[in-house]
Amino acid sequence: MTTLAKPSVWEKFFWPLLTAVLLLAAWKYSVKWSGTQVFPSPASVETGMLELLRHHVLWADIADSLRRVAFGFGTAALLGIPLGLVLGWYPAMHQVFNPVIQLLRPISPIAWIPIAIVLFGIGDHAATFLIFLGAFFPIVVACAGGVSGVPVIYRRTARNFGLRPAQILARVVFPAALPQILIGLRIALGIAWLVVVAAEMIAVDSGLGFLVIDSRNSGKRYDLVVAAMLMIGLIGLALDTAFRRLEKIRSVRWGFRDEY
Amino acid sequence: MAAEATIPLSSRKAKLQMRDVSFAFERDGKSIPVLDKISLDIGDGEFVCVVGPSGCGKSTLLNVMAGFLSPTTGMVAINGETVRRPDPRRIMVFQDHGVFPWLTVEGNIEFGISGLSTAERKERVAHYVQMVRLQGFEHTYPPDLSGGMKQRLQVARALAMNPDVLYLDEPFGALDAITRVMMRSELLRIWQAERRTIIFVTHDVDEAVQLADRIVVLSSRPARIQDVHSVDIPHPRNISSSGYLQHRDDLLQKIGLAYSA
Amino acid sequence: MPVRFLKRLGQFRPVIFIATLIALWQVVIRQVPGQLLPGPLQVLRGMRDLLQHGLILKYIVASLFRVTWGFLLALITAVPLGLTVGWYRRGEMALNPLVQLLRPISPLAWIPIAILWFGVGDLSAIFLIFVGCFFPLLLTAMSAVHNIPAVYVNVGRNFGLPPAAFVLRVLYPAVAPRLILASRITLGLAWLVVVAAEMIAVNSGLGFLIIDARNAGNRYDLVVAGMIIIGIIGLLLDQAMRALERVKSFRWGYSEE
Repeated sequence: MTTLAKPSVWEKFFWPLLTAVLLLAAWKYSVKWSGTQVFPSPASVETGMLELLRHHVLWADIADSLRRVAFGFGTAALLGIPLGLVLGWYPAMHQVFNPVIQLLRPISPIAWIPIAIVLFGIGDHAATFLIFLGAFFPIVVACAGGVSGVPVIYRRTARNFGLRPAQILARVVFPAALPQILIGLRIALGIAWLVVVAAEMIAVDSGLGFLVIDSRNSGKRYDLVVAAMLMIGLIGLALDTAFRRLEKIRSVRWGFRDEY
Repeated sequence: MAAEATIPLSSRKAKLQMRDVSFAFERDGKSIPVLDKISLDIGDGEFVCVVGPSGCGKSTLLNVMAGFLSPTTGMVAINGETVRRPDPRRIMVFQDHGVFPWLTVEGNIEFGISGLSTAERKERVAHYVQMVRLQGFEHTYPPDLSGGMKQRLQVARALAMNPDVLYLDEPFGALDAITRVMMRSELLRIWQAERRTIIFVTHDVDEAVQLADRIVVLSSRPARIQDVHSVDIPHPRNISSSGYLQHRDDLLQKIGLAYSA
Repeated sequence: MPVRFLKRLGQFRPVIFIATLIALWQVVIRQVPGQLLPGPLQVLRGMRDLLQHGLILKYIVASLFRVTWGFLLALITAVPLGLTVGWYRRGEMALNPLVQLLRPISPLAWIPIAILWFGVGDLSAIFLIFVGCFFPLLLTAMSAVHNIPAVYVNVGRNFGLPPAAFVLRVLYPAVAPRLILASRITLGLAWLVVVAAEMIAVNSGLGFLIIDARNAGNRYDLVVAGMIIIGIIGLLLDQAMRALERVKSFRWGYSEE
């Protein structure tokens, strides 16, 4: 469905560039005209970013944040996918587990901080635990939904061809649910990235989240705050894009017709 | 070739005129021709079927007539007025998914006539609900209707606008055989009662012979008019009469030629 | 008879499961003496304390107030903007990269800016929730318009609707189911954000209750009681939004689920 003629190739770069230029100009001039002493202009954010890079603080913080996400998200996927598959496969199990999941899911992972600190002390493990909590429930729910949404005719076809239950799960149900599972994993990875930044603002003293809160608290360096935020956005975008690559693989692409 | 295919005006006054209409899609910078210089006149109150091999551009032709697509060259006129965009005086019935799932049967029929007074609107809804035999389903939502009922609803919504031309794009294509036969006779009944101009695209030769005054046979892509076939059997047509079978065989042969062309 | 009894029992399986979990919790806590973490009984007593003080109601209202405003502001700005931009492909091209860049920034990372602009208080918290809800809603609105079946748009054009009527009678109903689904998920997100924001940026609300109970005297029974209340309210919000999905004129959009 188009409302206008099909845009040509150059427009793909032109329009985003135009938005970026307009936005930067608006930012620059509203800082200038409002006469604020605290809020940084685009130029000072750039200097701040360069300063962070020169002192290698940024690389260490990025590495810390990514490591926590990798462990937290990895553990959540490792435990969440099998649990989700089982819950989707056995409706009775789903009935038993679902109320508990639904009750725990709306609790902000950040609200677990006091408990995380008691269990793991202040440090990496506490942050990893919070990310695990944030990613675990969405993964379980997506896998369960993916499996229970597999059309009945697929299962019947598999039975008709004489597959055993384990084979049905491995060769029919899992591939059929895979697109849903990948979407769930991608969303969970996004949540993990949101949580790590939040957790680092409270529970540890390194990482990009810590950089944001520390830049403010020690000397109101708002140029560094905004520089760190942009870095967070860029890395989050890179993670999301990398994950979307997986969704382009031939054997799962059929499931993403109108995904955004 | 194209000039020979031009159809002389029928005895009736021409309602719709197409002159040298060509249409091409743009894809990856290449132009793919779909319609090639089609000229056709359709009389007022005439029932015309368009048949042709699948993918030949029948639906594109209908979309150009209805103003959803602009011809690359040539022109379409209705009552002497050039068609530039879709118009509520001419309503299209789509293949499927055409009814709005968020409105009830009543809401769908009322969709185009919200300008009328409440009393008049109610009257029209009641009239067309009865005509397409959906009594008792006025407050049902489309997901709870069968495929045939949805298509009847689409026809009712179109007729409630009081259009002078009705375009139907393989409207019964997705229905089962029995429902299709019923829908055909309903459409004929409605046409005989209200005498609108109907342009009906189908890939089903039986359907065309049973319904149409004239049948336009298109060639494979890019579509040209292969032949125009008049069916002069009075309604209701006996589908086992020799005249009927003769028409059907003639037509099948012409489409066969269309395939090889 | 026994069959029916077993069926009855089946309905109670989730309850039995929860009871087992709670019993297990009690047993584990008993095993480790001098434990900071509370057992279920202590949590129950903590919950009673909270209710007696009446403070809890004030905190619940404070949290709900912030969520409501932040979410509603995001809804009334992001949805019209997203629908407009999504309708014009060039608009979407222009805005999409920017949104994709801002979306992965945790709403909490905006805290320094929120405090700079709005000070410590309700406005800051509302701003954080707004930021958290705005981008997901914008993306959904854009993609919902993008994916309207062409046949609905064609019918609207055929019936000669003027632009305003087209938006009201075709565009909006066609995207409503997806918007409602996204609203439910986004409201859940808002509930996650408010609790986190209250732990840092303000001094009232359920999030503040949790961090305060810990910092002022290691009252872990109140921490866990607060978490359970957060879970229950989040669940209720979700259920309320699900009720919208059952409205008849929206229900068609969820037939596949």
